[in-house]
Amino acid sequence: MSVRRVTGTETEYGVLAPGMPAANATVLSSQIVNAYAASRRSGAGNFGGTRWDYTDEAPLNDARGFAVPRTAADPTQLTDVPPVLDAEQIALEGGGPAALYGEQTTDNPVLMNMVLANGARLYVDHAHPEYSSPEVTTPRDAVLWDKAGDAVVLAAVRYIAAAPGFSPVNLYKNNTDSKGASYGSHENYLVPRSVPFTDLVRGLVPFFVSRQVIVGSGRVGIGTSNQRQGYQLSQRADFFEAEVGLETTIRRPIVNTRDEPHAVAEKYRRLHVIIGDANLSEVSTLLKVGTTSIVLSMIEAGSAPLVELRDPVGALQAISHDPTLQRLVELKDGRKVSGLDLQEIYLEAAARHCRSTGTDPDTEDVLTRWTSLVGTLKRDPMEAAASVDWVAKLKLLQAYRTRDSLAWSDARLHLVDLQYSDIRPEKGLYYRLAARGHMERIVTDAEIARAVNEPPDDTRAYFRGNCVSRFPEQVVGASWDSIIFELPSRRRLQRIPTREPLKGTRALTGELFEASVDAEDFVTRLLSGPEHSVAP
Amino acid sequence: MAAQDRRNTEGRTGEEEVEETPLPEAGPEAGASAQTEGVDDLLDEIDGVLENNAEEFVRGFIQKGGQ
Repeated sequence: MSVRRVTGTETEYGVLAPGMPAANATVLSSQIVNAYAASRRSGAGNFGGTRWDYTDEAPLNDARGFAVPRTAADPTQLTDVPPVLDAEQIALEGGGPAALYGEQTTDNPVLMNMVLANGARLYVDHAHPEYSSPEVTTPRDAVLWDKAGDAVVLAAVRYIAAAPGFSPVNLYKNNTDSKGASYGSHENYLVPRSVPFTDLVRGLVPFFVSRQVIVGSGRVGIGTSNQRQGYQLSQRADFFEAEVGLETTIRRPIVNTRDEPHAVAEKYRRLHVIIGDANLSEVSTLLKVGTTSIVLSMIEAGSAPLVELRDPVGALQAISHDPTLQRLVELKDGRKVSGLDLQEIYLEAAARHCRSTGTDPDTEDVLTRWTSLVGTLKRDPMEAAASVDWVAKLKLLQAYRTRDSLAWSDARLHLVDLQYSDIRPEKGLYYRLAARGHMERIVTDAEIARAVNEPPDDTRAYFRGNCVSRFPEQVVGASWDSIIFELPSRRRLQRIPTREPLKGTRALTGELFEASVDAEDFVTRLLSGPEHSVAP
Repeated sequence: MAAQDRRNTEGRTGEEEVEETPLPEAGPEAGASAQTEGVDDLLDEIDGVLENNAEEFVRGFIQKGGQ
């Protein structure tokens, strides 16, 4: 058994132009995309704005075996059509994002999407800039390419701040404005199609309800718009209303059923996890992805613990609202357990499972950290400040409360909460703590800088990232499961499907990239040779 | 675009009317006087980093709902 699994993370950033309080959020988000494109323009070609190929998007297919009709869907569920900004919206914001991106904007006024050299996607999702990481296979790589996303949007923030005539734009890696709005940070896990969806739901619900104890990001205020004062473990908990469902923007479910595999549909599911908090702590991201991957392995093997909560949504919120971790929630069999008890139940099952099946170093690392963290939290939660976002934030807030005798309603505490997630190292409080050595690191800044430009070696992201960076003139479209070339020698566009997430790796295509003299040569070799195996 | 999460974003000035509810007990670290100096130093640094006018800044952080 292993934590190794095809995984990707998504971050929707909170976006704010302090100098333009009424600015349109979609326009600000597109400024981020356009600014990043401008900052990378040296390569020219389409690199700045590779079109997204929406062919394989199916946001209304439900894993329970049906599809929601388009007419019945909330407009925000239609994520399979390109967003557009109309001229009126742009005019309202003065020069608009196109001005950041200069001459390439004649027939495509505002970029709303980019495919990056590291295999990621940077785009405008509703009213937020979103970075979707390339596919990786280990929790550590998930941390690395998640952090690379923060570096990507930081570069855009810097570019806008230096652009004459533009008001600076701040980005926050959090999940709520505490005024009723929430936005997500999702995880995606490749799971064999053969695993019954009902098994996933049963095995995951108690885990997701309690996972916030070890990886929550912490939040000042209780209720979707801070109806009550206080501190809670999770940014997201108060915004969930259902146990299982297809929606992601309304009636949010603990387990999301969107069945859009972005891979060979007969073989795979993509489990789309929407319940997580955006993490700044690298250990938190590692454990979020690593422990979830272990639980999925147990579900696949039929060895997940059998616990059922009487009221999962109520339990999710009750656990989040008690940072002392003492609050008990009821199981269907009448027993009462804490969130930490639930984590311990999963941890013990995981340890047993690993002992019986054997592990690898990545799995050992996650298991060791999980064990140690649960022990620390049982002894004294505040001792976990170096690795858990909600504890690090609470410790800082408590220090302020002690020094200045602040009530939880004090605006300064709300500001500390918000600014913990500011992605600028000089303003973000997470980064101030990390600079003092108060936060445990998993990856180095040098590794993050490299991951901004380079894809992982061991998934199809290697193929995507290299196509985009090596052939920027000829790659006119891309998505998770395709690359589209436009070549002078071919009258029609050449679409290369990449539906096998573990093909298109360096091992399978590295030599092909090295041997090809240009895009024509590359596509010809690809379609005629054994390397054709990047496609299913 | 998001129509969904906006239900509470209007009339946002009303959000201050709140009762002070049970809090996490002041953290155990509050009494750890050995670390007081380090904490003071940290808070001094963060005082200088926090945005000016906390109340206005926090009130102005209004987002549209997302996924």
